[in-house]
Parts: sequence; structure tokens; C-alpha cells
Amino acid sequence: MGKPKNIIEKIWEQKVVHREAGKPDLLYIDLHLIHEVTSPQAFEGLRIKGRKVRRPDLTFATMDHNVPTIDREKVNDPIAKEQMDTLKKNCEEFGITLFDMFHPNQGIVHVIGPQLGLTQPGKTIVCGDSHTSTHGAFGALAFGIGTSEVEHVFATQTIWQHKPKTLNVHIEGELGAGVTAKDLILAIIAEFGTDMGTGYVIEYTGDVIRNMTMEDRMTICNMSIEAGARAGLVSPDETTVEFLRGRPYAPKGEEFEKKAKEWLALASDEGATYDKVITFDASKVEPQVTWGTNPSQGAPISGRTPIIAESDDPEGVRLALEYMGLEENQPITSIEIDHVFIGSCTNSRLQDLIRAAEIVKGKKVKEGVRAIVVPGSTLVKMEAEKLGIDKIFKEAGFEWRHAGCSMCLGMNEDIVPPGGRCASTSNRNFEGRQGKDARTHLVSPEMAAAAAIEGRFVDVRNYEKTPILT
Amino acid sequence: MEAFVKHTGLVVPLNRTNVDTDQIVPKQFLKSVKRTGFGKHLFHNWRYNEDGSPNESFILNDPKYKDATILIAGENFGSGSSREHAPWALLDYGFKAIISPKFADIFYNNSLKNGLVLVEIDEAQVDKWMKEAEEGELRLTVDLETMTVSDDKGVSVSFEIPEYNRQNIMNGWDEIDLTLQLEDKIREYEQTRLY
Repeated sequence: MGKPKNIIEKIWEQKVVHREAGKPDLLYIDLHLIHEVTSPQAFEGLRIKGRKVRRPDLTFATMDHNVPTIDREKVNDPIAKEQMDTLKKNCEEFGITLFDMFHPNQGIVHVIGPQLGLTQPGKTIVCGDSHTSTHGAFGALAFGIGTSEVEHVFATQTIWQHKPKTLNVHIEGELGAGVTAKDLILAIIAEFGTDMGTGYVIEYTGDVIRNMTMEDRMTICNMSIEAGARAGLVSPDETTVEFLRGRPYAPKGEEFEKKAKEWLALASDEGATYDKVITFDASKVEPQVTWGTNPSQGAPISGRTPIIAESDDPEGVRLALEYMGLEENQPITSIEIDHVFIGSCTNSRLQDLIRAAEIVKGKKVKEGVRAIVVPGSTLVKMEAEKLGIDKIFKEAGFEWRHAGCSMCLGMNEDIVPPGGRCASTSNRNFEGRQGKDARTHLVSPEMAAAAAIEGRFVDVRNYEKTPILT
Repeated sequence: MEAFVKHTGLVVPLNRTNVDTDQIVPKQFLKSVKRTGFGKHLFHNWRYNEDGSPNESFILNDPKYKDATILIAGENFGSGSSREHAPWALLDYGFKAIISPKFADIFYNNSLKNGLVLVEIDEAQVDKWMKEAEEGELRLTVDLETMTVSDDKGVSVSFEIPEYNRQNIMNGWDEIDLTLQLEDKIREYEQTRLY
């Protein structure tokens, strides 16, 4: 037996195509996901040099960032339309499978990869999108890349990468009732900051993670980038295997069982070491709400906004509170919202919609609040409709939309107006993220749903829920 | 990309931490299918008023810094999305180098791929130069050969940059061309791994 290895080291060693002194490793890429916003310049680069896509069979495209969510036939923004048309043309020219706006497999790229079973343990997965870290939930090494790298992967199916340092985020204790994966990752980032993971790949461990569904693990890994880490992953286990069984692009029959064994063997060995270890106690986590303009500026629902003079970064806190239109030392439960967005690659899967619907069922959205639900994929939308979830939301006064990235980044028409205040299940609360001068509070789907009903943030742990799956 | 060996230029101070890529280029400008022309959108929400006129209180609009080619900023510069439009906009505006105590990973990589030199140095030195750039006129020289950044008063600080990227930038090499020289290895990998 050699030295125990963690999963990051194991995957890395399997993917090295070429190694030489003074250079990063040249890694093979198993799955390349693309979308309309960060790919056009890469295709253009190929054309200028007369190059081809080396492995169109390992490349999959969808439209998500600026698709309309109200009426698919109406793309009112001519530039957005040009990006989508360009993607379609490029995929035809280079022989790439595209799930366009009207295809049942369409959706947010990080929702459809897992849903289709394209995302599998041990794969190297890249996409020109920082939330590619989501796929790490399956024990894949998945990270966001820029457009130059997209072009490089097109042409060579490889990428030059320095071996990252490894960070183990070990979660102890149990999450309290009504506290979610979203609250956990927001609490970790609030404690350790948005650059805790810079230069690292994170592996999340601990019983809390083990007991989580794949959807919860995706929420955690998704926000690794908000902690500064390009990638975050969870070692595969039976939950991972069972999630993938029967998915369209997963192996079938005996081949699946064989693969499943290989996947499970990728899990970090007992006694594996990391460059850094952070331990975090889950039992102290409450439902979280961000009050500022980066994801680390958050507080528990029972908390208050900071006191400027007492904070570590008084100027940063002052600027953030000013932008957010909040007072210092203000109770989180006093913050009133006028928009609610349930969606994004962080929280738009069926489980998220079910949990939010349980809060909403039989109640009405507060007057003056505009609330929208944007499923993560067309399939999630169809499954939710089969369960009658769309009706629950619509009867309460929510808008029920087509799948896409939507109001997470407001590249389409789904934006929060200037001065508007949104309870959002997305991942970034940066200035202007959801619209110019819009204010974003990051929360879990349950917290967003309750905020829609009450018009302000309330502690979802004490809130009435109506089970909808009988 | 354009080769970069050594550059001396005027420094503009952006005294903020966590400058994210949504600030560097807001999303409404990501819809182009080209790599060029993003400079005019750089820091759009800070740089322009509602009516499109320049926001006089934003540092880049101060005539004193009109010819700046080096930006100095607080830590965690470039956090957030993977949009390469961020380095494209900085380069298109005319920046050759950015100095900060810490850069976000994806932004770091994207910048080096485009020949935008990122200089990561100690926070105390960043603070000193930030103050000098705010109070007077600071010119710095970024030298990739010696991996130093220095002022004209004799202060010189070393910085690190991965050797591989350093060579590519100094020579203005096309990375894909270099990788394609290893095509045999890629093919061999694909054959042995049964792809």
C-alpha cells in the first residue's frame, strides 16, 4: 500500500497527458460544456487559425445565460439573439451536440450535466463559467475557465494546469432542523471569507456532507468559487452512484456496475492528507441572509448588520451598507424585500422547488412583492409540473417561468430595477449583479419563499410548511 | 498576444478590495461575439452616471490619471465570474499590468493568457504605493525578465509568476500552437485510456 491519497490527487494523476519540469501539467479534459456567452470568441479563434474541435463527442452545448424565460419565441434583445444564433451556427459547423432553447434537455449548464448523467465521478469537466465547480458534487474535478482556455480545449481537448493545493473543509456536527446546505455554505464563507480557497481545490467531508442528497452537495460545491476555490468536490459514495443509475448518458448494465466500483474507489483514502484543513461546526448554523455586496457579508437570521467601527474592514462595510441601503446594527428580520428570485445553478433543482413550494402552499405573496420561479432546466420544469408545483406557486402569486440563468445575473430581461431589493437563491450579491443599483440578499429557497409571503426576512425554522409529496 | 518584457507607466490607484468581474465589466456588455472594444465598458457602473456622462468622482475619470497604464488595487481583485471580458476590457482600456496583494484564481489565469501582467506583492507595499499614487504621481516599472516592480526612488520588489506563463508572455507565444506540438502525446493518452 502506498501513501493514502485524497480524491483530488487520484483524479489528477489519471489525467496527466504530459509533464515536464518548469511547466504546469497538461491535463486531459473528459467533458467540455459550453454556452452562448463565453464561446463565440473561442470558435472565432478556431476559424481564424483553421483549427477543428478535436473531440466534439466530448463537448456539449446549451443556451442558458440570456434565454427569455417568459416567451421562448420572443428574444427582444438583438444582441442576445445574435449570441444564440452564433452558438447554433458554431455547433453545426463544428459538429457539437446542442440543446437549444426548445430542446427538452435544455437548461442551466450546471443543472443539465448532472441530470443527463454526463457529469460522472473522476471526470475532468470544464466550462467557460465559474460555477462549473457544481459538478464537483459527483467527485469530478470541475472548474471554470476563460474563453482562451475554451478555445484551447476545443483545439486540443487538454488544458495546462498547475497542480492545485488541496483544502479539506471538514464539517462536524449536524445541521439543525430547517437549516439547509445553502445556509451551511453561506455560513462557511461568512466565517472564512471570499478568498479562503484561492489557489486550492476543496474537498468537503464530514457526516453532514455524507448524509446530504446530491442536490444539496451541488449547492455546496457550486459556491466553492464564492470561497475563492476554482473547484470543490465531494468523494463519491452510494448516493452518487444511485443518482447516476439510469441517467441517459450514464453507462448501462454491467458497464455501469463496473464503473460504479471505479467511482467508489476514487474516494479519498483513510488518512489522506491535505495542504490545509478547516473544521467547521454545522450545529451552530442558522438560516443565513447576506446583507452586503460580496457573499461573505452575511449574517444569521437572528443577527444584525455589522457595526461599522467594530468590523475588520470598516470602509468595505460602509460602502456595502451604503449600496444596500441598510443601516448598521439593523436586525436582519427588519429588512423588507420587493423581489424574490427562486432559481440559478445554486438552487433551481426539483428538490429546491419542492422545499420552497412547501413553504408557499396555501399562502399568498405579499402585496407589492414580485416573485418569480425559474426552474434550472426544462426537465426540472416538466417534473415540477407533473407534481403540481407550478400550480402551488402560481396560486400564491408567483410567476412560473421557462428554464435559464435569468435573474441570477440579469443578462436577459429578468432584472431587478434600480433600488429594488431581492431575496435571491442565487450565488452572487455583487453590486449591480441583478440589475443596475439592484440589491441582492442571498438565501436558501425556503428563506426566499417565506420572504415572498411576508415581504421581509423571517426565520423559516418557525414557519408553517405543508408537505406536497404524499 | 502582444509580447511583454518590461513596461514603465503611470499608476492609477483603485483603493477597494474585492473588485469583482461584475464591476470590471457589467453583464450587459458580455453579449458581443468579439474580443475587442470592451475598454469603453470598463468599470461601467462606477465610471459613468445614469445619463452616460462620466462620473467625475471615479478615479479613472480624474484627468491626472488619463495616461495610466498600471492599476493598483486592494486584495481579491478579479473575484467572481470567469468572464475573460474582464482582462480584455482592462487591456483594451490600455492597462498593461495590475498590482494587488491577491488576485482571484480564474481572473489570474485569464489575464496571463492574454498578456495582462498581474503583479502580486505584499499588502504593506501595495498600501504605500497606493498612497503615493493618490497623493502625487507614481510611475512604476514592471520587469518580467527580472520579475521585479520598482519605482524611481530605488524601491524594488520581487514578484512571482509561473515560469510557463512568463515565457509565453515574454515571447508572445500562441499556447495552442505549443500544445499541438504534443499531439502525439494526446493521441497516445486517448488510445491508452480508451476514449
